[in-house]
Amino acid sequence: MPDEYRQGVLRFVEMHANSELMGVLPEREWILRAPTLRRKLALTAKVQDEVGHAQLLYRVAEDLGKSRGQMIEDLLAGKTKFHNVFHYPTRSWADVGVIAWLVDAAAIVAQQALRDSSYAPYARTMRKICWEESVHIMHGRDVVVTMVNGTQAQRDMVQEALDRWWGPLMQMHGPRSDRARDRDIYWRIKAKTSEELRQEFLSIYVPRVWELGLTLPDPELRRDREDGVWHYSEPDWQELRTVVTNHGPRSQERLAFRRENWADTAWVRAIVLGARGAAA
Amino acid sequence: MTEHGSYLPPAGESAGDGALLEPFEVFRQEKEGDAMRHGGSVMAPDGELAVHYAREMYGRRQESIRLWVVRRSDIRELDDPDLLQPPLDRSFKKPGGYVMRDKLAAARERSGQEKPSGGRPRSAPPPTRKSHEG
Repeated sequence: MPDEYRQGVLRFVEMHANSELMGVLPEREWILRAPTLRRKLALTAKVQDEVGHAQLLYRVAEDLGKSRGQMIEDLLAGKTKFHNVFHYPTRSWADVGVIAWLVDAAAIVAQQALRDSSYAPYARTMRKICWEESVHIMHGRDVVVTMVNGTQAQRDMVQEALDRWWGPLMQMHGPRSDRARDRDIYWRIKAKTSEELRQEFLSIYVPRVWELGLTLPDPELRRDREDGVWHYSEPDWQELRTVVTNHGPRSQERLAFRRENWADTAWVRAIVLGARGAAA
Repeated sequence: MTEHGSYLPPAGESAGDGALLEPFEVFRQEKEGDAMRHGGSVMAPDGELAVHYAREMYGRRQESIRLWVVRRSDIRELDDPDLLQPPLDRSFKKPGGYVMRDKLAAARERSGQEKPSGGRPRSAPPPTRKSHEG
């Protein structure tokens, strides 16, 4: 395999794995505060799934020549990135619904396109991951729909969460890029541009948000009747750049938690790695 | 391994902790009677932990009824096209290798018979034996 391709796939999959690993931290904060046992079980299972996705993806990346330990070290040192949406705080139970529904939906739009990635081990892994993510979206949508059917305070809570998450959601797929100059598309590591993914996300999910009587904080948001293209206010790309370089509102806390966790579990890795010598 | 390169990444390609861990390939069966299908792989220091990891990665949601966990270095791979895809005419081994449309037409002309309708001989009824396949 050409070296540029190997490095391209590795970089792409590593960023994806990092995002799955860091992505559980905002939701993890709500496990102990879940309103019912069933919600607690569902949220725990989701967190377990996302860590499992990180494991599967680090596994794909490892075979491309970078060790898992090195990938974690680079993430903790701020040398590699994770998705913008996981740098923000969670403020209420409604955040859990909005994250599981809409953040996962925005992610799955991208991930479904990756099931056709030219790197077959990644494509096969994405088929398994998409199947699990579809459960998360149902869980999140169920949380949101339950709350909008509740008290005014619950409705307000969902609307407030949606207002806060909309900016990061619109930034999530990244600025428009030139298809001809995108190396990941050239190598067919991914199939769709950021704008294609954003349009797909808006087409499916904006009507479902409006259906619930919720509003989205963008006066420009509308679908052109003629060509079906969604128009929206330009997302804050400066915010995106600031956040993904670990200057987001929770970037440092989340990384600090992971560093602490990495140090606390060193003894487990030592035993696992030592098991081979002991068994021999 | 051939000049095409192995389908399997070499064992222990990963640097660092890869020196102590090794890849195990995981095959899974979704329901009784299905073929075992490749699911993915896990890194482990030995077979026992590999089975635990495989269960965690490929059986957490009751999506498998059986797992096979195989040390990657124990897999014997054959992908030599000279042996598997030889450039010889092997059509005599396949049903599609027997094209007799023109010969049948010639035989009918000689015997003065019509082409049977429905693809079966007129005098013999279609077999009634039920197929247990599919």
